[in-house]
Amino acid sequence: MTTSSRPTSKPVYVSSNKVVGGTNFGDEVISGQSQRSCDSSSIMFISKISRLGAQAFKGLSKAPLRIPSRRSFFPKVQNDYLFPSSHKLFSTTPTSNSQGENEDNNQKISVTFFDKDGEEQEIKVPIGMSMLEAAHENDIELEGACEGSLACSTCHVIVMDVEQYNKLEDPTDEENDMLDLAFGLTETSRLGCQVIAKPELEGLRLALPAATRNFAVDGYKPKPH
Amino acid sequence: MIARKFSSATSRSLRVCVVGSGPAGFYTAEKMLKAHEGAEVDIIDRLPTPFGLVRSGVAPDHPETKIVINQFSRVAQNERCSFFGNVSLGSSISLSELRQIYHVVVLAYGAESDRILGIKGEELKGIHSAREFVWWYNGHPDFSNMTPDLKNTDTAIVLGQGNVALDVARILLRSPTELSTTDIASHALDALRESSIRKVYLVGRRGPVQAACTAKELREILAIKDLQINIKEADLVKTSADEEEMKNNRIRKRVFELLSKASSTSGQTSGQRELEFTFFRKPDKFLESDDRSGYVGGVHFEKTTLKGNGDSGYQIATGTGEYEDIKCGLVLKSIGYKSIPVDGLPFDHSKGVVPNIKGRVISEDGLYVCGWLKRGPTGIIATNLYDAEETVASIYEDVSKIELTSRKPGREGLLQLLESKKIKFFTFDDWKKIDFEEKRVGGLKGKPREKLTAWKDLLQVK
Repeated sequence: MTTSSRPTSKPVYVSSNKVVGGTNFGDEVISGQSQRSCDSSSIMFISKISRLGAQAFKGLSKAPLRIPSRRSFFPKVQNDYLFPSSHKLFSTTPTSNSQGENEDNNQKISVTFFDKDGEEQEIKVPIGMSMLEAAHENDIELEGACEGSLACSTCHVIVMDVEQYNKLEDPTDEENDMLDLAFGLTETSRLGCQVIAKPELEGLRLALPAATRNFAVDGYKPKPH
Repeated sequence: MIARKFSSATSRSLRVCVVGSGPAGFYTAEKMLKAHEGAEVDIIDRLPTPFGLVRSGVAPDHPETKIVINQFSRVAQNERCSFFGNVSLGSSISLSELRQIYHVVVLAYGAESDRILGIKGEELKGIHSAREFVWWYNGHPDFSNMTPDLKNTDTAIVLGQGNVALDVARILLRSPTELSTTDIASHALDALRESSIRKVYLVGRRGPVQAACTAKELREILAIKDLQINIKEADLVKTSADEEEMKNNRIRKRVFELLSKASSTSGQTSGQRELEFTFFRKPDKFLESDDRSGYVGGVHFEKTTLKGNGDSGYQIATGTGEYEDIKCGLVLKSIGYKSIPVDGLPFDHSKGVVPNIKGRVISEDGLYVCGWLKRGPTGIIATNLYDAEETVASIYEDVSKIELTSRKPGREGLLQLLESKKIKFFTFDDWKKIDFEEKRVGGLKGKPREKLTAWKDLLQVK
């Protein structure tokens, strides 16, 4: 079903049900699973672990880190280095995509979000970052209930240009399973956590679905694909 | 004194009480806080612990689905929001009392009962609702004493083919070793380790085109290790009405594809355990066991066929007059949850919901509903997000008049009432103590948490 013409594999975490969210409410939150390659941020990674202490790591067999800001309402990304979803699609790509190099090049693309009322906001997104993370960094109201672990459909975005849509990896079965449940699904719908910034996507335009307008009290049925 | 500590809002605040701290309750609170700067939102729950079905409904082997707890926890810790656990609407406090204290009361307490089949033998031992079984393995304090008998039979029948049905079947069929690293209740894990159940039937009244599950859950159960899957190829023959039903339904299409694929390898792998999808069967009566008096020994099914249902485009199952028995020692009915009304609440018993228009309870000013109580027990966590947006939009439209006409004590009034009734309520900080303790004990066993499952243990934390 999924044809992969590009050198990426399916997201690695999907087969695992061992993902564990360890939270210290309001404090740093750790969740997800990782098989991260080493990069320049390892040192920070380790220092982070020591700060959090062993308690936070109990039960987290293979955990990548996700550290939302403790004050913001939505999880805010403080660092580029710890994002499971950034790693997912690029996990098997050449090292030129490593986060460390991105920081050196400071390479970003511009992406425009259109909210439910059609208001637009243009943001700069570093290569390798998911649209979910980018939206949250920029206070764009994109939900992200499962924080990018492909267990919900709340970060649903609609790619407004078909040519741009065609430049994306095909959705995996697992992403399609979640898109099945997305409200206001369209032909060019994707999950924001699975759309990763890359140079070809410069100028990407994404619409947040106006789901509330379609929501009926009695038996809402998602629009068919 | 406590009252002063709690009350951060001004006299002009909009006092809102949300009843129920599951996804519908928390999304309502979140949207309310965002929509109205002066809103002060109190969330009450009958359990000492928050998060409703995220804690007691979502399967233990679906930790990713529970990540939304992080978001809800941020809401609970918003300075304009407070959590009051162990406060039960109807027993601790009445609906009319709440409505006197608050400008706005949003009922989001879900569906804590079950639909019944109403057929002979339904009272036999060994027949449970899926909800009870789910609450049991998820450590809900009301069902920590339940002891489903998994040792006297090798066969279980699950009635229903929705995601809850797939959840309970998966828990019965998965290796307990795999479950041991989840937050499954330890009493359930122990029972599953000793389980003699080797075969599970998932029975639906209609066919594979109409199966109510979603692709993710289906894919997951089909992928269980060493599990033999049985699907009759004859059941997969589609009629033109089936094609029509699938045409505009992406989920149905993808679920059918998965079932077809599984059918082509059906029966091939000889696994230790077996899952059989049984279509076109309607339970007619439960049969008593020959060996064990008072216990279920099987289900008498009527074969069904599909027929059109007016212009709905959907087909319904009708009996053919042909019957078939399937033997079993355990039945889990996964045929739908049901909401329970409280005193003073209009309720539509046939639909099992509170009559409402976009969340406004009909002819009850200041009273709103959200979630399953509003629209019936279907959908996923995210459904509540849109549901809450709708209810909060209704509240937002109405509040301009509410605010001008009255002042309400809100949180301070609630605290006074709880004090006068000597109700020991749990704050979100108290929950954090429970949370910490559960994670600590879980950590010792290699589990993300070991839930406190007994009322007395939960109440002791405070």
